[in-house]
Amino acid sequence: MEIFKGNKIHDFMGKRIPFLGLSAVLVIASIVILFTKGLNFGIDFAGGTLVQVQYEHKAPIDKIRKVLNATEYKGSSITKFGSEEEVVIRISGVSSNLTNDIGDEMHKLLDSTGKFEIRRVDMVGPKVGGELREKGIMALSLSLIIILIYVSYRFEWRFAVASILALAHDVIIALGAISLVGVEVNLDILAAILTILGYSLNDTIIVFDRIREGVQTSKESALNSVVNNSVSRTLSRTTLTSLTTFFVVVTLYFFGGEIINGFAFTLLVGIIVGTYSSIFIAASFLVQLRFSIENFRAKEAEKVKRQKEKEKLRAMYEKGTV
Amino acid sequence: MKIFNYRLIIFFLSIIFGVVFSVPSFLQTESGKKISLGLDLQGGLHMLLGVNTDEAVTSKIKSIATAIKYFSNDEDILIDGLSIKDNDRIVFTVLDADELPKVDKMLEEINGLNVSKTELEYSITLTQDEEVRTKDQAVAQAVETIRNRLDQFGLAEPNVVRQGETDIVVQLPGIKTAEDEKAARELISKPANLELMAVDEERIDQVYSMTRAQAAQYGDVILEATDNPNVKYLVKEIPILNGSQVVDAQVAFDQSNQPIINFTLNSAGARIFGDFTGKNVGKRLAVVLDGKVYSAPNIRERIGGGSGQISGGFTVVEAGNVAIALRSGALPASVNLLEKRSVGPSLGADSIKASTIALVAGFLMVFIFMIIYYRRAGIIANIALVTNIFIIISVMAMFGATLTLPGMAGIVLTVGMAVDANVIIGERIRELLRQGVSIPKAIEDGYSNAMRAILDANITTLLVAVILYAYGTGPIKGFAVTISIGILASMLTAILGTHGIYEALLPKIAKDKNLNKWFGIK
Repeated sequence: MEIFKGNKIHDFMGKRIPFLGLSAVLVIASIVILFTKGLNFGIDFAGGTLVQVQYEHKAPIDKIRKVLNATEYKGSSITKFGSEEEVVIRISGVSSNLTNDIGDEMHKLLDSTGKFEIRRVDMVGPKVGGELREKGIMALSLSLIIILIYVSYRFEWRFAVASILALAHDVIIALGAISLVGVEVNLDILAAILTILGYSLNDTIIVFDRIREGVQTSKESALNSVVNNSVSRTLSRTTLTSLTTFFVVVTLYFFGGEIINGFAFTLLVGIIVGTYSSIFIAASFLVQLRFSIENFRAKEAEKVKRQKEKEKLRAMYEKGTV
Repeated sequence: MKIFNYRLIIFFLSIIFGVVFSVPSFLQTESGKKISLGLDLQGGLHMLLGVNTDEAVTSKIKSIATAIKYFSNDEDILIDGLSIKDNDRIVFTVLDADELPKVDKMLEEINGLNVSKTELEYSITLTQDEEVRTKDQAVAQAVETIRNRLDQFGLAEPNVVRQGETDIVVQLPGIKTAEDEKAARELISKPANLELMAVDEERIDQVYSMTRAQAAQYGDVILEATDNPNVKYLVKEIPILNGSQVVDAQVAFDQSNQPIINFTLNSAGARIFGDFTGKNVGKRLAVVLDGKVYSAPNIRERIGGGSGQISGGFTVVEAGNVAIALRSGALPASVNLLEKRSVGPSLGADSIKASTIALVAGFLMVFIFMIIYYRRAGIIANIALVTNIFIIISVMAMFGATLTLPGMAGIVLTVGMAVDANVIIGERIRELLRQGVSIPKAIEDGYSNAMRAILDANITTLLVAVILYAYGTGPIKGFAVTISIGILASMLTAILGTHGIYEALLPKIAKDKNLNKWFGIK
């Protein structure tokens, strides 16, 4: 079976302005959503307590709310979680007392609401929440810096800048989608974002690698056609891999259970956006940054020359004929 | 036919490795190293505790004050107003100027003190270095103490490790019920600070009319009885002995069959105890545990041998827990809960079930798709994929890595991405074949052309995973580990392994020349 048959070269770069425009709209919309609606930080980052309760029958949400409203846990949020039987109670405060735990108290308080089992109690103090947030931002920025250095070293600085721009594009749109849908941002969502980073970079680098190869091996001197050629040749690989990963993440989304749902959703958006950006956007940045084929070839030739000179020198030393 | 090329041999070895070492994890056999399940999958309790290190400084100061008091009694030096100010400073006045050199010499022998003196009045604090060391030791000792207590409590594989300067991570996988969890939390948080304190016999009659501030002026504190908060005792602030000198504690029963705790002191403690009881016959000695007076018996005679007992209203279980806590040492400072995550066993089981379904379903879809799309090349890629999963499980089991929920997701994701290398190679080979290159050359060049892209892509993903590991906590670390192992394994299976298979099959493919059957193209 073949999806992209033959050697058809698509003119991606000729249509780059409309695609860049579309991306600009998506990115700006995402930023607007992020600033107006904000992210729904879960207790991992905001601190607080979460109690997951599973009833043997349909969870009596109104009754739970009524019971809790008569206590100090007034105003805690109670939401359905996955099924009719399961609810999650979110409380903004934390109890730092080891012997008097919110889990124990919930057992007593909810006793009148029916038969239930407390399945999960998460409590994150404000100090820890702050630390986790700091570490998250640190991890994200460090990843970007390391990618920048690695790609600059392996390719050229413009490739690095273009791949970082493409990454920022993907991550911002994914964050916009998270904010729009109101996914609760916890540690696992951070992991998903970092996975998108890795995945989208993976895609972009494979395209860039083809461009580098095209620049080095073909006689073509117009960047546009080298890029078109490279993107077209990697098209079937990009879509295939995205497709297989997509299959897996979709099953994770539908069968992975409520806990993994936000994680799977984030990955889903990331894979779609990442695939789109590595085909239509990443290389466009390269063109917009005025990557010069001549300069690159000259530099490569220089490198090869220096390498040869070194070898010659070494050979001379080794033979002892200076 | 060239079956035994080096790539194939390495691949065979890695298949054997993968299968052999993943068997214990799959079958959950008794012997062999297994992958351990994270708390989110098997249920259990995870806690991050913060140690209040300032308290350790206070208690160190207190024990130095105890030493000064013992020394001055022993040497018959008259001192006055020995007390602790602001929780970190000892003050006292020496009454006879001739004794000053003796006192100075004694203080010099204690390390890490800042001594300032105006005439006969001393003021002592810890040096900066000593304070830091004390705090550090407090956390180290708290880790040790909590570990000992949990070990004796009989939980399976408790894990207690220090994190950062003041925090401790406690993980208890075995917790099944809310009652167990509560008991474990109580055991961990019990300071178990045993103190033997002298009752201030001169002023105890006034205890009910005294304020705490008034008591402090005499160097006394007011403590309540454990069984009745209305009964109060006036005791000397500076204890005669503290729990650090306890070497053993056991539950026993008194004449009326009530549970009591017998404790044994170390030799230094026994000497101090013997001296004190010898000099104070007829007076009362308060047995204080965590700031509450358990009993205050009259001293009838000198107690040598260094053993004593705590009685007073224990249940058998309580007595047992207090004995465990005393044996494993006092917590040098109180701990508070910074983070707690408890997952019930049923939720963990549900999570395993759901992610296994996702793993199997996703895996099957990729499997079938590859065969339809690439035909035999797809089958070869699938062999690599299956091996890859076995290797991930094996390596994780060998390093004792923990499989978490995001880790499961990581495996699922690796399945999606592990085929990537084979897709890149497959597409390269197809491209060359379409150009009319011969099959052996297409395979050879396909691999070498694809290699650079695969390496660059994998290295960058690996770098991100390393950062994730360095900055992540708990489940995220698990995710990073799984992905890293997955990437490394896929280099071995998808690049080396499949290449070896092609090499072995090459004569057959070259003879057959059926591109559709082997590579899925017309």
